[in-house]
Amino acid sequence: MVTQREIDEEIAKYAGQVTPGGHPDRHYPPYRSSILRSPRQPLTIVTEPDATELWGPVFGTGDVTELDADLTLRHSGEPIGERITVSGRVTDRLARPVRNQLVEIWQANGAGRYVHRREQHPAPLDPNFTGAGRALTNDDGEYLFTTIKPGPYPWGNHVNAWRPAHIHFSLFGTAFTQRLVTQMYFPADPLFAFDPIFQSVTEPAAQQRLIAAYDHERSVPNFSLGYRFDIVLDGPSATHFEEDHQ
Amino acid sequence: MTRKLEPTPSQTVGPFFGYALPFPGGPDVAPAGHPDSITVHGYVYDGEGKPIPDAILDFWQAAPDGSRTGEPGTLRVDASSGELLGRDGVRFTGFGRVSTDGDGHWALHTLPPAADAPYIAVGVFARGLLHHLHTRVYLPETPDDVLLSGLAPERRATLRARKDERVGPAGAAYRFDIRIQGGASEETVFLDFA
Repeated sequence: MVTQREIDEEIAKYAGQVTPGGHPDRHYPPYRSSILRSPRQPLTIVTEPDATELWGPVFGTGDVTELDADLTLRHSGEPIGERITVSGRVTDRLARPVRNQLVEIWQANGAGRYVHRREQHPAPLDPNFTGAGRALTNDDGEYLFTTIKPGPYPWGNHVNAWRPAHIHFSLFGTAFTQRLVTQMYFPADPLFAFDPIFQSVTEPAAQQRLIAAYDHERSVPNFSLGYRFDIVLDGPSATHFEEDHQ
Repeated sequence: MTRKLEPTPSQTVGPFFGYALPFPGGPDVAPAGHPDSITVHGYVYDGEGKPIPDAILDFWQAAPDGSRTGEPGTLRVDASSGELLGRDGVRFTGFGRVSTDGDGHWALHTLPPAADAPYIAVGVFARGLLHHLHTRVYLPETPDDVLLSGLAPERRATLRARKDERVGPAGAAYRFDIRIQGGASEETVFLDFA
């Protein structure tokens, strides 16, 4: 089995590399599963002004209710862990808010265990926590989730591989081109340096854009600690196509 | 584009999305019992030709009248239980989502793409894939559009579904495999929207 030291050396080879938008290169060998799951052929650039992908799916108040954004209310009891609220603003690269769009999240429980059959490490499941939520952004592009802080957990990339605590995010923009799936991390996690998935984002400034900020203003007295995670979606859209291509 | 902000980087969807992203009726984009319904199905393969059992695909297409603006109603939440109901079987929302099964297979039930937007857009997500991929499904009878005519013949072929006579009524099913990695005649054409 590969050791952490070997992975560290591989991570160091790519560290600091500048990539378009700060997105990871899909071929990033320290994350072993990327090796056979990344294209070899160059991507084909599409510039069609009427491409269907410049528009995208829409969701409404029948699709998502406010209750869907509270992951602590799904069961008869309270989940165990540090209760947090995660909120932020979704915009495009011109800082325009992404309105009334779907934000989906999923995460491990406070002990670092996912409700998934393939995850069998000896941490407890929490009968009061599933770990999936949905929200619609408001007219200013803002969303808010109430949940508990997920724990870090081990995985099989190499010996003693641990994922830093994170919340998975799935986002829709005003266009299918702006689709984003990412992971939100917590400030100053000691596992960042060892994790090839976090390190697949090789620019330090881009890594910072994956880390939520603790925001005391957003902490709710006697209830929850507040984190802010603003999200910027990449890619052109039909509503702004000409502007985007100037 | 006068870009003010740097984007949030992508990260892999990971292996554990199964209790969060799929929803009832995700593959059933066509209104229930619609006579023009088609099935598009296939496998997602890795660079060794092995099927990928932990991929999830998003589908997006124009409405039959060519409208690209979509409609809400894909998910629908039950007001009393909070459970996801999925579609009402009437509205065509243009959006579908299918995760691959244990064999790496997926199947989508939808309407044929509109004549002036003659493809189904696909977003490919999988464990191991650090940034999702865009591709398109074109049915075999569709004339070459701007994208297809700009591709070398062996690349173009990767975007063409082929008729699958074994499934359903004749002419109603198509096979479309997605190869994430391979030689020029094997790897699916993936798109970048600059």
